[in-house]
Amino acid sequence: MRLLKLVPDDTNIKFLKWRVPFFVVSGLLIAASWALVLTQGLNLGVDFVGGQMIRTTFTQEAEAPVAEMRESIASLGYGDPIIQRYGAPNEASIRMKLPEGADSKPELANEMAEKITSRLKADHPDVRIDGVDSVSGKVSGELFRTGILSLLFAMIAISIYIWVRFEWQFGVGALFALFHDVSLTLGMFALTQLEFDLNIVAAILTIIGYSLNDTIVVYDRIRENLKKFRKMPVPELLDLSVNETLARTVMTSLTLLIALIPLVFFGPTSLFGMTAAIVLGIFVGTYSSVYMAAPILVWAGVKSDSFVPTESGIDRQERIARGEV
Amino acid sequence: MLDFPTWKKAWLWLIVAVASLAALPSIFSLANTRWPDQLPEPMVNLGLDLAGGSHILLEADGSQVAGQRLENMEENVRGLMRNAEPRIRIGDVSTRGGRLSFILDDPSQIDRARELLLPSINGNGLVREWDLAVEDGNRIILTPTTQGVNKAVSDAMDSATEVVRKRIDALGTREPTIIRQGETRIVVQVPGLQDPEQLKALLGQTAKLEFKLVDQSALPSDVAQGLAPPGSEIFPYVDTSAFAGSSIAVKRLGGIRGDNLTGAQQSFDPQTNEPVVNIQFDTEGGRRFAKLTTENVNKPFAIILDGKVLSAPNINEPIRGGTAQISGGFTVEAANQLAISLRSGALPVDLKVIEERTVGPDLGADSIKKGMIAMGVGTLLVLLLMVATYGRFGLYANVALVLNVLMIIGIMAILNTTMTLPGIAGLVLTIGAAVDANVLINERIREERKRGRKVVQAVENGYKEASRAIYDANITNVIAATLLFFFGQGPVKGFAVVLVIGVITSVFTAVTITRMWVAGWLRKARPADLNI
Repeated sequence: MRLLKLVPDDTNIKFLKWRVPFFVVSGLLIAASWALVLTQGLNLGVDFVGGQMIRTTFTQEAEAPVAEMRESIASLGYGDPIIQRYGAPNEASIRMKLPEGADSKPELANEMAEKITSRLKADHPDVRIDGVDSVSGKVSGELFRTGILSLLFAMIAISIYIWVRFEWQFGVGALFALFHDVSLTLGMFALTQLEFDLNIVAAILTIIGYSLNDTIVVYDRIRENLKKFRKMPVPELLDLSVNETLARTVMTSLTLLIALIPLVFFGPTSLFGMTAAIVLGIFVGTYSSVYMAAPILVWAGVKSDSFVPTESGIDRQERIARGEV
Repeated sequence: MLDFPTWKKAWLWLIVAVASLAALPSIFSLANTRWPDQLPEPMVNLGLDLAGGSHILLEADGSQVAGQRLENMEENVRGLMRNAEPRIRIGDVSTRGGRLSFILDDPSQIDRARELLLPSINGNGLVREWDLAVEDGNRIILTPTTQGVNKAVSDAMDSATEVVRKRIDALGTREPTIIRQGETRIVVQVPGLQDPEQLKALLGQTAKLEFKLVDQSALPSDVAQGLAPPGSEIFPYVDTSAFAGSSIAVKRLGGIRGDNLTGAQQSFDPQTNEPVVNIQFDTEGGRRFAKLTTENVNKPFAIILDGKVLSAPNINEPIRGGTAQISGGFTVEAANQLAISLRSGALPVDLKVIEERTVGPDLGADSIKKGMIAMGVGTLLVLLLMVATYGRFGLYANVALVLNVLMIIGIMAILNTTMTLPGIAGLVLTIGAAVDANVLINERIREERKRGRKVVQAVENGYKEASRAIYDANITNVIAATLLFFFGQGPVKGFAVVLVIGVITSVFTAVTITRMWVAGWLRKARPADLNI
């Protein structure tokens, strides 16, 4: 049986030749992402801003009657709801600010949820209330802080690990690649205005882990080749290493994608944001380990003898004594 | 390297077998088949997002405990000084600024007063609960210590957790989880609960019942303006009462609290047919209630629940039987709820709902079905791709992958962890990542063959060289997942748990187990070339 080969043997793609244009493009993408995040903002869910979220499914109708719902709920006098379709067309989420004073009197929030759901049921007997989330400002603030902190800690902890296992240049490279991946993912959420909640933080941490997975495989090969080919110029050596690991990179990204894509399209609606983020992260993470993490080593100044054990003064004196120097 | 002694093989198979067998009950139950009762039943819990149900986070106000404590101390001090022989007269009692101060009419009694107070300020002797200072020779100032307040809050939260548990048990729901979280929070999770409103109403009620004498000297016009005579305080009537909207002045001290209850039932007043709550006191409570009513016949006393007056009936005759009836314009439902709350005891501190998540049961079932289908499709595609790419080696990887999934579920069942919706995503991700180890190994073997190594040498190098990258890559994943676990909440924690377990089992199955199979095949078949 002839086996499938996704990447031909002995590829010799000059990845590093294009490193400057790729860095410019990536830099622009990072800048654009942050510009989007700062101008458009993220569509933060109730996890992070507090408020109430009611998820509904219309079991008999093909499409959730969004406009009608908006009007009907607005007439209750709690202000305008944010109503969005999510997942299937017959599913909609309703987002409300918690009523004034609900932080000290939680029954006000209950009352609002009760009124909204009974109004919905009166208007549409087929509506199914899938869930009600109600998060006070205090809790959402804490969730937001711990979310940001966990992202920062993860990036730092992982970079330190790589620094210890490899060399500081590799730690810097990995940190930069991570920054690139996280920025682009955030940019995607700012662009699409998909809801950004706790699950997305989990997704981003996963992307960090995965992107690093990829980067480390490339780095591991670079380290091996640095020991093997001491005379080879660094850019050439990096190209060789990326080419040697290319088959694995493509294969792994592909298996991950085919495992995850069914979950994006056929999985439960509430996982859509999370799985979509991870799928995007796989593309971005693969790109960054090839085009960011490796080339950055040239600028960070990885030497051909980075992993050659350094000679102590005594060794050298002995060699001088033996007349070798 | 490719040498596997029999004992090692036996161990590996034993681990795989135990972990996979442990997965069976969970898989059976997901498929809605009954697992035989007589067999052990380790189970993966389904999170609320899959099973449906309510998650409620309650928070107490620590300063309320401190205030309550100050009030108790004031009563305690008055009692001690009054009962002293000879009596110590005190005056100018104040609780302003969170501390208790009072002056002694006779400064020479200061040392006796200090002695009397000693047991109270030292609490149980482990931590000093109050600091005592003397000012101007005759003023005693008691300041609560931080440790004392912390201990009081912690004790209050412990008993609040117990009260919450009793009340939820009274609802008859199955397997609720009630856990104290941090200093002042309680997490309540009730799987399958259809109506969280009832639960919240029950937990929102402190059920602090007080009987206080009405201050008849208070002028109605002053009370309406919120001005109470010295020694009295003003409480509003409950909204359900006939006097809703008005207030009443009651004496601050000398009342009794509705502790010491042995029972409470909802019933109907025989005369008015109105829903009421009957309560029974224990001996101590009955004695105090009898004393209060005997000393104050023909005076009105107010029945106060959670700071609101239910009613203020006249005491027609001493009540000695240890039972009483509470009315207050209740509905049957409200009276029933009050009865449950009184039976389970008052909350020592008010609890507020600061986070609530409810998932309908239909959605949970839907999510499981969709998640399982998507997972099945994804896994099938991965399996096909692996065989198409690596042939025999892909097949080994696939069997290892299936064992890996079984082991993850099995270990989760043994540890009794919770599977959540993001956990399913974690499982899918692990499936993707698990084959990565085999991809790395197999690609490396291809390379080694290309460089002209002999079959056994190529396989050996493949496993050895790839392992380094596999370990490094997986450790970073563990770092990310650990942070997720410590910072994440609820379902996200479930995701982290699956990831960590998945990383460990996938390294085990993808590296160690496949190596055992490959080694066995090489020894038996002695192939001259590899189709990889």
